[in-house]
Order: sequence, then structure tokens, then C-alpha cells
Amino acid sequence: MYEIIAEISRWAIPLTLLLVPLAAVLRGVPVFEAFVEGAGEGFATAIKTIPYLVAMLVAISVFRASGAMELMVQTLSPALNLIGFPAEVLPHAIMRPLSGGAALGIATDLIATHGPDSFIGQLVSTMQGSTDTTFYVLTLYFGSVGISRYRYAIISGLAADLTTLAASVFIVQKVFGAGG
Amino acid sequence: MVNYIWLGMIVFSILVAGADGRIEVITRAALEGANNAVKTSLNLIAIIAFWLGIMRLAEAAGLVRALARLVRPLTRLLFPGVPKEHPALGAVIMNLSANILGLGNAATPMGLIAMQELQKLNRGDPKTATDAMCTFLALNTSCLTLIPSTIIGIRLMHNSADPAAIVGTTIFATACGMSVAILVDRVMRFIYHLRGR
Repeated sequence: MYEIIAEISRWAIPLTLLLVPLAAVLRGVPVFEAFVEGAGEGFATAIKTIPYLVAMLVAISVFRASGAMELMVQTLSPALNLIGFPAEVLPHAIMRPLSGGAALGIATDLIATHGPDSFIGQLVSTMQGSTDTTFYVLTLYFGSVGISRYRYAIISGLAADLTTLAASVFIVQKVFGAGG
Repeated sequence: MVNYIWLGMIVFSILVAGADGRIEVITRAALEGANNAVKTSLNLIAIIAFWLGIMRLAEAAGLVRALARLVRPLTRLLFPGVPKEHPALGAVIMNLSANILGLGNAATPMGLIAMQELQKLNRGDPKTATDAMCTFLALNTSCLTLIPSTIIGIRLMHNSADPAAIVGTTIFATACGMSVAILVDRVMRFIYHLRGR
């Protein structure tokens, strides 16, 4: 199963690159011209995201560097320990929706310290793979079309993140056991 | 809401740093954040241009519409406000598929294309998110990756006995998150419509 999916992932883009232009030619599309015309919008789309990303990444960067995140972790960890959530993993849980790179750094560090097959190692691996960088994605996607009023998008995104977190703790305990 | 989260993060951070006697880190961190943002956007130019080119071909060949037609039973449930066979739905599906396959480089441009198409359908204020956009982002941010290859690589590097052991738990956790995302999206949409927002 694993190999099949990995193989599909490897072939997906080369095949797209082969079949899409072929299909376009068969429909009589001037492929080179059409490609250039589409690609021409790439610059504007990317540039448009700058102010939104600057706003969000400045807040995230300041939050991390100031020690505010550390303080939040210290305040929350006793309560979380009570429900069987290891405090070591909390910085990752807080960072995951904000910055993919920073969360991956924390996960790598935890795996190196506790070992990949320890409870904490399995838990942080599951957490890293099961959710996306909610704030970054919202900022980037909305920013690219000039939307600054997100309505309830953050609520659904964070509700999903919290659920994923709880589900990760639950399933890793069930599958790998809380010990180790 | 994003206004309060943003302001809260900044105010809280400055208070903490000030109380800690290390207020000087704020200035550097702020500039670093801004710098990273610009770099990220500039790095996106290449992949977005490339995928926009391919997508233009796919659209001209009728492939995006064909894809949208193929997944209509699903999208009719999730995106009732989007006209059937609209290119936005094709782009949404391509973004989610790229996510599932773990093709991050392709997923982002597809997602931005989907947003552009959804924005064309926005009949209200162009600065306010539509229902369909909120649903799309709820799906996107909670989306399943079948193989979390980065983390498997890191586990392998640290001599895990079974690096891929977490695939099953990851899929379980993601499925829970995705179900809640869809549910909360529906409930919030309903509440916002009641309030007329």
C-alpha cells in the first residue's frame, strides 16, 4: 500500500506535465502561447501575497522570539499533564498552526532527544503529519485574492487542529501505548 | 477575529519581552519575520507561474471542467453555492489531490488558482471571504496526506525500527480533524447566515 502511494506521488507531476499539453494540442490549443499567457499571471499573484504574509509572519516571529510562546507553554502544561498530554509536545502543538518550518524543527528535536519509537516520538510524528499550517495557509490563500475579512475560517481551522491534536494523543496511546 | 488574534500576539509578546528585560529582541524578530515573508512570496513566483501555465492549458483542453464533472456528487454537497462544472471546483479538487499525494509544491499554486476562481464568484464585498472559500480552506488546512514523507525521513534518520509506523495514526488523526472541520464549517456558515453576515 505504502509503495503504491509513493509510486503514484512520484509519477503524478511528470504525467500531468505530459498529458495536459498533449490533451490541449488535440483540442487545437496553441500550447506555447497559452502556457505563457497563464504563467504571466504568476508574478502578480505571488507579489500580492507579500503584505499579508509580512503582517502574519511578523506577529509569529515576535511571538516566538519574545518568550511569549515559552510562557504560554509553561502556563498550560500542568493542566495538560493531567489529561495525559505530555508537556514536551506542547510547543509543537502551539507552533504547528503558525509555522510549518518551526514545528518541523521542534519535531525533529523531540525525535532526536526521545527517539522516534518512544511515545513522544510517535506522538509528535503523528501530529506533524496530520495537520497543516492553518494560519499560514489562510493568510497566503486569502491574501492572494485580496481578502482581509476571514469570517469564520479561523474557527473551523483551529477546531480541526484541536481535534487532530486530541485524536493524535488518543490513537498513539491506543496503538503504541503510553509507556516507552 | 483575525484582527484580535494578530493584535493579541503582538501586544502579549511585547509585554512579555518588556517584563523580561529583553525588549531589544522584538525589533530584530519583527524585521526577520517581514524578511521571511517577502522571501516566501518571491519563492512562490516560480512555482505559481509554472502551474498557472499548466492550468491554462488544462482549462483550454477542457480537463478542469471534466474533473469538476467527475467529482460533482461530492462538490455539490460541499459547495452548494458554486455552479456545477465551474473551473473553481476542478482547481479545488486538484489542490486537495496534490495535498493528499504530498505534492506541496503543486498544491499551493492549485490552491491559489482555486481561490482566484472562487473570488470571481464573489458577489459581495471583494475583501470578505465567501462561504465556498471558508469551506475550501477548512478542507485544505485539515487535509489528509497519505504519506507524511518528511517526517518519515526524519524518523529513518534517527534509526526508527519502523519509520512508516505513524502512517496509520496520522490518517486516523487527520480523518477526525477533517470531519470536524467540515462540521464546524457547516455550523458556522449557518450561524453567520442567521446573523446576516
